[in-house]
Amino acid sequence: MATSFEQVGPRVPVVESIRVDKVSPRARLAGQARAVIASIIAFIMLIPVIWIVLTAFKPQADVTAIPPKLFFQPSLAGFVSLLLDTRLLSQDDQAKISENPNLTWIDRIALQSGRSVNGSSQYAGQLLNSLIVAGTSTVLSVGLGLFAAYAFSRFHIPGSGDLLFFILSTRMLPPAVVTIPIFLLYRSVGLYDTQLGLIMLYTVFNLSFSVWLLKGFIDEIPREYEEAALVDGYTRLQTFFRIVVPQALTGIAATTVFCLIFAWNEYAFALMLTSQKARTAPPAIPSILGSGGIEWNTIAAGALLFLIPVVIVTFALRRHLLRGVTFGAIRK
Amino acid sequence: MATIELEKVEKKFGTSYAVRPMDLTIKDGEFLVLLGPSGCGKTTTLRMISGLETVSDGHIRLNKRDVTWAHPSDRDIAFVFQFFALYPHMTARQNIAFTLQAQGVPNNEVKQRVDNVIKLLQIEHLVDGRPGTLSSGDQQRVALARALVRQPAAFLMDEPLGALDADFRETMRAEIKRLHIDQHATTVYVTHDQIEAMAMGDRIVVMSAAVVQQVGTPQDVYHNPANLFVARFIGSPGMNLITGTYSDGQIRLSAGNVYSVPTPWQAALQRGIGSDGKVILGFRPEAAAVSANGELGAQVYSSDLHGSFTMLHLNLDQNEIVHVRTARQTSYPIGSAIRFDLDPRMVRFFNPQTEAAISHEVQP
Amino acid sequence: MSDIAIHGITKQFKQVTALDNVSLDIKNNEFFVLLGPTGAGKTTTLRVIAGLEKQDRGTVTFDGQPVDQLSPADRDTAFVFQQYSLYPTMSVFDNLAFPLRSPLRHVAEPEIKQRVQKAAELLRITHLLERKTARLSGGEMQRVSIGRSIVREPRIFLMDEPLSNLDAKLREALRVELKHIQKTQASTTLFVTHDQIEALTMADRIGVLREGKLIQVGTPNDIYDRPATTFVAQLVGTPRINLYRATRENGSLHIMSSAIKLPTPNADIPSSILMGIRPEDVKITPDGELGGEVALIEPLGVETVIHIRMGEQTLVCLVPGLMPLMIGETVRFDVIRESLHYFTTDGDRIAV
Repeated sequence: MATSFEQVGPRVPVVESIRVDKVSPRARLAGQARAVIASIIAFIMLIPVIWIVLTAFKPQADVTAIPPKLFFQPSLAGFVSLLLDTRLLSQDDQAKISENPNLTWIDRIALQSGRSVNGSSQYAGQLLNSLIVAGTSTVLSVGLGLFAAYAFSRFHIPGSGDLLFFILSTRMLPPAVVTIPIFLLYRSVGLYDTQLGLIMLYTVFNLSFSVWLLKGFIDEIPREYEEAALVDGYTRLQTFFRIVVPQALTGIAATTVFCLIFAWNEYAFALMLTSQKARTAPPAIPSILGSGGIEWNTIAAGALLFLIPVVIVTFALRRHLLRGVTFGAIRK
Repeated sequence: MATIELEKVEKKFGTSYAVRPMDLTIKDGEFLVLLGPSGCGKTTTLRMISGLETVSDGHIRLNKRDVTWAHPSDRDIAFVFQFFALYPHMTARQNIAFTLQAQGVPNNEVKQRVDNVIKLLQIEHLVDGRPGTLSSGDQQRVALARALVRQPAAFLMDEPLGALDADFRETMRAEIKRLHIDQHATTVYVTHDQIEAMAMGDRIVVMSAAVVQQVGTPQDVYHNPANLFVARFIGSPGMNLITGTYSDGQIRLSAGNVYSVPTPWQAALQRGIGSDGKVILGFRPEAAAVSANGELGAQVYSSDLHGSFTMLHLNLDQNEIVHVRTARQTSYPIGSAIRFDLDPRMVRFFNPQTEAAISHEVQP
Repeated sequence: MSDIAIHGITKQFKQVTALDNVSLDIKNNEFFVLLGPTGAGKTTTLRVIAGLEKQDRGTVTFDGQPVDQLSPADRDTAFVFQQYSLYPTMSVFDNLAFPLRSPLRHVAEPEIKQRVQKAAELLRITHLLERKTARLSGGEMQRVSIGRSIVREPRIFLMDEPLSNLDAKLREALRVELKHIQKTQASTTLFVTHDQIEALTMADRIGVLREGKLIQVGTPNDIYDRPATTFVAQLVGTPRINLYRATRENGSLHIMSSAIKLPTPNADIPSSILMGIRPEDVKITPDGELGGEVALIEPLGVETVIHIRMGEQTLVCLVPGLMPLMIGETVRFDVIRESLHYFTTDGDRIAV
């Protein structure tokens, strides 16, 4: 009773304020007004995105309707013409095919815009290329970057300041400046139009960025954790995986998203260094502009599919990300 | 100078209270200490008095004038912060003069008042340096000078010694107290350190969980704590508190110990104990004296030297440790049996259900 | 448990000498406290013993065997850090089990469970085992840290200010408990602190460090009663020791800028010295030989600190309980002659 530890603190937890209120409670009203205005602005900013989503699901006929239709019969026509190789049919052929009882649901959708399905389109393959290239290069640059960042953070490396700056400087050249030499280089070593070539390039480009970003996060993890584990009988490498990596997850998540977005969106290199089999989605989207008139619903569907992976990853990592991007801003 | 009145002042964040409604009158020239653990609401109270924080309800009056909604700068009070808050790009002297210049005091008067304060605090050797070059104690001296030079109605100090090294803390404690004795300015001082509160306060307001637990002189809160929280919080270590069952003038404690309640207390206990007959016996470490045939028995858990005295930590039973202060050179091996008596004038009793002290009209 | 010795340890960090030829002998089952201000080299000493820092010169031996070439893992020490030592991604149980799961040790899972349980009981944290460490209070965290060092049964416990981030009440309680555990478990411990109360109350022996040099080693009584220098004298005891310049004139010692004269002790005393008076060695009595004016009263409850002004000097004294005195009043007092401390003007103790 006399010395017990639970009794020292207050019985009821109390939130203590660190806020400086210099104004009367009217400030609260102003605060609420600000929130409303912010919501309106956010909505305005979201209109293009909303419009992409709406357009992607519109039938061809409704896309260019004036006044714009907000309510329409949703259709997957855009997606079908995006992902599948289709052929325009004559009126007669349309009538003929529509009588066929073995039509799949995809065929029916194609038929609505007067087309028949021949096979999958190039865009499907290009989207897959993008997934492979961006995914692999992100994993590589974050993984390698983590080791490098740890070394820079924890070990005494002679000239580490200059070295770090040198690493970052590789990021300073605008891609447009180096595409021609790299194009020539790649062509001569057989990396032109290969997934490997793009993966290597994106990895190298992102590595400098991930080393810098991750070093900041690792610097913030107190060394005492590792030292405790070293004294407890673990090796440096075991300590790295069991102590450092779990605590650096926030930073790893933030770095992953940034690297992924770069690799996923990259346009200039992809345009120059690929032609057919390794072409990724960004340079491919403009070529969707069809032969007969601009098929806006197809383009919107392409843009939407392109958005989805990044949105999913960002959403999955959002908790880490929010802490990650504000990291270092708040200190004890 | 100034009186400060708080009338049903409270602070709420959403539905939780940072400070529950409190009434308090701070007398002219008084040194009042707000004491409590972190998160108890003491700093919020101080900030409400200063105007840095709004009140959720209630009134604050400075010299009878309602200042509840007045801007901090219109309240004629000076605030001393824990982290000095000196402007790093000015010399100490410029820091001290800054507020006066901001108020448009004529230059020759500024100089005279600054010089007076510098002389009063004996910081002549510091005033030409930038704050960054000064030790923590000297920085706080400059911060004090900056507060003093304004000749405000009252001083509010938020743990001004909290950021100082232990060496300086003792010295500055005496300096601030001495300054108060000479200047007699109304001062509200916030701290979590009960020793500081005891040493400096004319009166102490003990707070916990947003509630005022007791207001009293250092002697009051030390010898007559209003409840278990105050009993534990004041003193180093706090009051020994052991639970027992009361009947017929005796408290049955754990491990077969029986304590005979001093006769003058018996009637009060009869009325004040919990419905289950339980009572908590409280005594300060110096109220116990080791003696071969003492009333209570225990085993030595640990004993340690504190410089001028030795503190014995005794196991009454497995979970109850009591602290007994003894002469310096005594030493007992761990586990040895020991008996001790309690000074009947220094025992206190508490109701375990209400946690309040059992009162006794005539102190025995 | 082991005898630990360090001999002639020197460590430089760039231009700063952190440790300057430090030698120490820590006996088996001893509670040894290194005391000193910030930057004295206390933590560096611990880190050199643990193998986390490599000394420039000198040797570290465990039971007479040099361990300088061994990695931290192979030295089998347990380190309790001031903070940040619990792995935030693991539960309390996993934190406690972590050292036993080291590939170096190969402890079977049932035995791990049993040893964790035992350590948890000793530190009264069994109810916390399933919790994540992020949800513990400061005191609970430090209990778990200590628990993690106990499960191992290492050769020595190295503790780096483990209590200094806790609030006063908790520190007091944990201090008592830690000492009890150390004594009943009989374990060699090297404990680092800047808090003189921790050193006095817990240590079997204290080593005082200052700017990388070991100034004095001794029992708490030695350190308190016979400080080797004025630095040590001022480091231990609250309120701090009163220290005055004094001169020897006609067989008596005269405290400068005051009217106080005290007889010279029977020893070879230089003509100019520093004299130390511990606050508790001043006795206020109506028929005291010396006099002064009360400048300040600090009632601490159990005792009262009284500042007495005599000439230009202030004497701080500590009296038990409350004393009915008024500021400005004249008081008479005596000092206990046998307890006076004499130092040369350079600060070295003069034996009397």
